[in-house]
Amino acid sequence: MLANVLISVGILGAFALVFGALLGAASIIFQVKKDARISQIEEILPQANCGGCGYAGCSAFAEAVVRGEAKPNGCSVSNDATYQKIGEIMGISVEKRRPMTARVMCAGDCHSAPVRYDYFGPKSCYHANLLVGGPKMCKYGCLGLGSCVAACKFGALSIVDGIARVDPEKCTACGSCVANCPRGLIQLVPKNAKYIPLCSSKDKGPAANKACSVGCIGCKLCEKVCPKNAIAVRDNLAVIDYDKCVSCGVCATKCPRHIIRKFGK
Amino acid sequence: MFKEIIVISLSAILVENFVLVKFLGICPFLGVSKKTETALGMGMAVTFVMALASLFTYLLYTYILVPLDMEYLNTVAFILVIAVLVQLVEMVLQKMLPTLYNALGIYLPLITTNCAVLGVALLNVQEGYNLLYSVVFGIAAALGFTLAIVLFAGVREKLAMTAKISKHMEGFPIALVTAGLIALAFMGFSGFQF
Repeated sequence: MLANVLISVGILGAFALVFGALLGAASIIFQVKKDARISQIEEILPQANCGGCGYAGCSAFAEAVVRGEAKPNGCSVSNDATYQKIGEIMGISVEKRRPMTARVMCAGDCHSAPVRYDYFGPKSCYHANLLVGGPKMCKYGCLGLGSCVAACKFGALSIVDGIARVDPEKCTACGSCVANCPRGLIQLVPKNAKYIPLCSSKDKGPAANKACSVGCIGCKLCEKVCPKNAIAVRDNLAVIDYDKCVSCGVCATKCPRHIIRKFGK
Repeated sequence: MFKEIIVISLSAILVENFVLVKFLGICPFLGVSKKTETALGMGMAVTFVMALASLFTYLLYTYILVPLDMEYLNTVAFILVIAVLVQLVEMVLQKMLPTLYNALGIYLPLITTNCAVLGVALLNVQEGYNLLYSVVFGIAAALGFTLAIVLFAGVREKLAMTAKISKHMEGFPIALVTAGLIALAFMGFSGFQF
């Protein structure tokens, strides 16, 4: 009996030994030399592995750059200096990238946006959103339970007065909060954009008025006063084209609901 | 002999289809069947590995385990052989045929834990096939797997593109219903007597 056990253990052990040796030898014989540039690029990347570039991580992105598949400035977490270095390694010139930041397109904090019911449940916007359309009167507004805060790897988001706010200094525009907002409130906008309409409500005027005191009612005043035609009301919601916007601020002064907010200096 | 080969192939592909009749290899069948292209890639990789696995497990069983009277070790020994084989094939392909390696991609290492591969090795022993029949059975079973996964992927693609599916049935529920219906269709083949 014991002999049988020992023999079978011995045989399996011998198999494992032979196979292990075989694999070890094969890995030396069939070694594939990797492009040295991959590890060089990987070293200067931020190693956040956030996936904002669309690849599985920083090393996958580095491989894609060397293959010529990804652009050297594809990493939204890095800055221009890094892009230049990657360009030097690859021997190509790199154009500068417009720095972006995430913004939560909602201004309906606890002072201005009424709630329909008190929510006691898991601290997750996904859960709250499923419960009869969310606790807020406005079915587009920020629920303030911090699913985006939990998703951010850089600590750039926080909940202020019941809604999420982005710190543009910390934000790297990786986009993981954008993907983790069940209401799709978060957008990537240019970092230097001064005037941003902070509302996502597609309700018509009266309904928007009822749901929130700082909701866009689609009155189109901003559209009329903009000298550059940079702002347009689509689906009862003001949207700015940041390529056309010259940051004159006329729209912000005219907006009766004060939803076009000024950012930065 | 020629007749035997045809009988083994046809019954492995249609009558005794690994996925739809024997319920082996369900994991990749559900996991990699969202697109026809990737399904075909997976099928190719499985065919490749299953042919090699039936060959090597047959050799191991007949020339090592049987002389040593250690037939009862076959399951664990086959797992070992298949895992090593897949690793080895991956390394060789990466060096020799990088294009094929890239085409198979992630599917090759995934196959290591595919129960269809182990299943074919064990069934070969059970049926008492010789070397040629073992390899033929392995290839045919893998082709049956490929057929099933490509058909299934085609239906899933079409469902995702055109059909209006109610919200609670989206994703896996409808996929499982589809798989059940295809399996039902394959039951029709079991009426054939070879």
